[in-house]
Amino acid sequence: MLTCPNCGKRNVGEFSYKGSYNKRPDAAASFDKWVDYVYMDENPTGMNREWWYHGNGCKRWFIVDRDSMDNLSHKSQWFSEV
Amino acid sequence: MTKRLWNTHELKKSYDVVIIGGGVNGLATAYYMAKMGQKNICVLESKFVGYGGSGRNTAILRSNYRTPEGIKFYEQSMSMYRGLAQELDFNLMFSEQGHFTLGHSESSMSGLVTRAENNKALNVDSYMLDPKQVKEMLPEIDITDHPRYPVMGALYHPPGGIIRHDAVVWAYCKEAEKLGVEVHNLTTVEEVIIEKGKVTGVKTNRGQINCGKLLSAVAGWSSEVCKKVNLKLPITTHPLQAMVTESYKPWLHHVVVSSTLHIYLSQTDRGELVCGNGIDNYTHFGMKSTLGFLEGYAAHVLELFPILHNVKVQRSWAGLCDMTPDYGPIISKINEIEGFYLNCGWGTYGFKAGPASGLNTAKMILDDKEPDMIKAFSFYRFQNNELGGEKAAASVGN
Repeated sequence: MLTCPNCGKRNVGEFSYKGSYNKRPDAAASFDKWVDYVYMDENPTGMNREWWYHGNGCKRWFIVDRDSMDNLSHKSQWFSEV
Repeated sequence: MTKRLWNTHELKKSYDVVIIGGGVNGLATAYYMAKMGQKNICVLESKFVGYGGSGRNTAILRSNYRTPEGIKFYEQSMSMYRGLAQELDFNLMFSEQGHFTLGHSESSMSGLVTRAENNKALNVDSYMLDPKQVKEMLPEIDITDHPRYPVMGALYHPPGGIIRHDAVVWAYCKEAEKLGVEVHNLTTVEEVIIEKGKVTGVKTNRGQINCGKLLSAVAGWSSEVCKKVNLKLPITTHPLQAMVTESYKPWLHHVVVSSTLHIYLSQTDRGELVCGNGIDNYTHFGMKSTLGFLEGYAAHVLELFPILHNVKVQRSWAGLCDMTPDYGPIISKINEIEGFYLNCGWGTYGFKAGPASGLNTAKMILDDKEPDMIKAFSFYRFQNNELGGEKAAASVGN
C-alpha cells in the first residue's frame, strides 16, 4: 500500500516508481556534477526520497520518503511542500 | 561419514587478495586467480556461500545477447560452462535444452530479429521461428489470437538451457579451497581501511585483516560496500521474485521466456516448474514474495499455457538485482583507489556470466588492468558517454 497525497492509501500496483529525487544541478555546474545527477544513485538501505506517479488514479506526480528495507514506513507529499 | 566439501578456517591477519561476496562471481574469481598462481586469497561472505543471487536465480544459461561485447562475453561463459563439470569434478546437471524468447509485439519482434542477426554474425546459434514452428516444439502453448498478447514469433537459441545453480557455487568453492583459497562464512565487512589512496585492509565482525587488493562482488549490496570507500555507483537494487511448483511429469523440454509478459518458465529434472518474473518496479532490499507477483505471473502464464490452471506452488522467494542504467555489468578497477576492484551491476543475469566474469576479473586483479574482453564494462563508461545497450536482451526487462 502506498499513500497518494490526493487519493489516500491505495494498492502499490496503481503507482509507478520514477526514481530517486535528486536536485537538478545548475546549468553551469561541472561535468562531474551532471554525470552524478544523470547516472549515480545513493541506493540507500533505509529512507530514500523518490518520485512516484499515480498512473491508475489521479495521474499526479508526488514525492515519497520511503524505507527501502521494510517497505512499509513512508511519508508522501507534493513537490511544492518539499 | 559424508566428506565435507570445504573447511572452516581461523581468520588470518593478512591476505594478498580479499574478495567480498561468496557468490558465483566472487568464488569463480578466487578459483581462477588461484589457478593462475596467486596465493593467499580469501573470500568473505556475510551469510553463507550462495545465499544471495547465486542461489536465487532461475538457473538459465544463454548467450543470445544484443551487443557484440555482451554476446562475446556470454559466449565465453557458455563455452566455459560446457566443460565446467569436468573441470570442477562435480555434477552440475547442465542441460542444453534450447531457449525460446517469445515476441508479442512489433517492437519486441524487431528487438529479437536484431539479436538473431547479431548472434549469427558472431557464430552464436540463434534464429527466428514463426508461431507454427514454436507450436511444433511446444505443443502446449496457445498461439491463437485468444490471449491478450498473442505469440508473433520467437527467438530460438538451441544451446541455451538450465544448470544446477547451487552446484556451480559449491563446485567453485570446493575447488578454490583445494587450491588454498580460504572461504569465510558469517564474516561481514564493516569498514574498508584506505591509507594514502590505497586499500590496506578491512575491518570485519571477526577482527581486522590487512590486504593488498580488495574486490567487491556483492551484487545487490554493492552500493553499501562502495559507500565505505566513498564511491557512488550508477546502481539501483530491485528484487526479482521467483517460485517453483510441485513436481509434474516432464512436459516442458525447453526454457520459455517472454519479455512482454515478464515470464521465465522451465522444468527441472525433478519435474518442478521454475517460474521467474521481471524485477519489481521499485527499489527495495527485502527478499519477500508478494501476492501481486503471484497473481500477475499466474495471469500471464495461463495465457501461454492454459494447461497450468491447476498447478500448485511449492515455494517462492526473491533475489536482489543490481541494475545499471544500460543493463550492462561493471567489472572495473577504480582509478581513484589503488587496489580496489568492482564486479557488480549484474542486474538479472549475473549467474550465467559466472565463469567468464570470474576468469576476466581474476586477470584484471592480477594484471591491474582490464582484459580486452571486459573493456566495455568499465565503471568509467558512464562519464565517457560510452554506454552499452543490453536492455533489449534483458529477458524480462521492462
